[in-house]
Amino acid sequence: MKKTLIPLSLLLLVAGCSSSQTWGWYVVNPTTSTGWTNVKFLISGMGATIQISLIAAFLSIAIGLIVAFPALSEKRGWRLVNRVYVEFVRSIPLLPMLFWVFYGLPIVFQSMGMNIPIDPFWGAVITLAISDSAFTAEIYRAGIQSIAKGQSEAAQTVGLNSIQTMRYVILPQAIRRILPPLANQFIYIVKMSAFASVIGMQELTRRANELVVTEYRPLEIYTLLIFEYLILVLIISAGVRWLERRMGSDERG
Amino acid sequence: MPDAAIELVDVNKWYGTFHVLKDINLTVGSGEKVVICGPSGSGKSTVVRCINQLEKHQNGTIRIDGTELTDDPKSTAAIRSEVGMVFQQFNLFPHLTVLENLTLGPIKARGLSRKEAEERARHYLDRVHIPDQADKRPTQLSGGQQQRVAIARSLCMEPRVLLFDEPTSALDPEMISEVLDVMVELAQEGMTMVVVTHEMGFARKVADNMIFMDEGEIVEQGRPEHFFTNPGSARCRKFLSQILQH
Repeated sequence: MKKTLIPLSLLLLVAGCSSSQTWGWYVVNPTTSTGWTNVKFLISGMGATIQISLIAAFLSIAIGLIVAFPALSEKRGWRLVNRVYVEFVRSIPLLPMLFWVFYGLPIVFQSMGMNIPIDPFWGAVITLAISDSAFTAEIYRAGIQSIAKGQSEAAQTVGLNSIQTMRYVILPQAIRRILPPLANQFIYIVKMSAFASVIGMQELTRRANELVVTEYRPLEIYTLLIFEYLILVLIISAGVRWLERRMGSDERG
Repeated sequence: MPDAAIELVDVNKWYGTFHVLKDINLTVGSGEKVVICGPSGSGKSTVVRCINQLEKHQNGTIRIDGTELTDDPKSTAAIRSEVGMVFQQFNLFPHLTVLENLTLGPIKARGLSRKEAEERARHYLDRVHIPDQADKRPTQLSGGQQQRVAIARSLCMEPRVLLFDEPTSALDPEMISEVLDVMVELAQEGMTMVVVTHEMGFARKVADNMIFMDEGEIVEQGRPEHFFTNPGSARCRKFLSQILQH
């Protein structure tokens, strides 16, 4: 992480300190009081971004599992249910889905006689979770189907039923192939959570937008915003790599 | 002949329009050893896989110990735990230790306690001559050792019948005999066995009944002394001459 951040920061610093007048780092200079206020304002969106991402990822992991199981059925009807969900959900761009959920879904609820308001936080969480669940479902399906057929046959010949076969033989092997790509999806969610800014969610991107409006220093502020995401994603990546190493050593062990 | 452990009556099976098994009739008595051979694609593996219902036959009757195999999942599960199976590719569970491979079925399907299952597992590991490998992972063993673990895994279910689907075909030549030796010992102890194999030395030694299949049919069957010296059909003669040449 340090190896990536330090040269990048140096590069930007050098560019900023050069004779050219195009950079104005003072807006986010933590050593001055206005600069420090601005930086704190920007970073204050971090909590919302992390919360949205974590809850959406958790929901996506759960919904994906529910969506994946019909895909493994021997019945064509069930497999079709899975196909329709996956193809439909993953073909919708995130932004239109966000608008539909935030502005449209309350009206649907209302017409059904329910008064369920959707605030920006839950609007973003629901949209991200559903949008991502199509991908997590595919990750589960691929992981489970990648386990050779001989494994479930062998499990059956030692008397295990289909649930026991899944639980003791297939899933423990599939989980090693499922977890790393699932963790990668989390990075995708963190980045896509930036869209929540357009429905008024006070997260990282929204804070940056608001500061740009008052300070009119888009270059510096958006640069800092990118670094905020970079740091978040690098932390998650390190976690993913740690996970992969652990999984890998288990397989060999 | 003692009462039949396995009975196939007019069994037919199709993959789509391809007729893989044609009117298969076969009786395996309790304690009997049957060896099935034939060219690839002749349906010999399919017969074995139908006996433990890894594949469904479309018509005809299969009885194990007098119980007819039906679509009812409960009867299928009950039958399966009476019929052990050894695969060409071993199919050991790579995420479990050797000992866990052997105890999974007895604990989960037979309801044994861990202690009972482990005692049983060690007993059978001893019988396949690898008592020291219990705590290793399957991938740390040689092919011959893995196949012997697979045999021990089947034995731990204490099945009435043991099926072998080309058990030595995936092995390096120098490892074949260690697996065959274990199989010969099992045969001598009275296990009922149906073995798909091209190991004709093994067949001569243990088979009570030799079966030659071609294009989904049982073309020839008989006692080995008869089968090897004086096969009735030209197809069987040709097959035997091809595999016995060297």
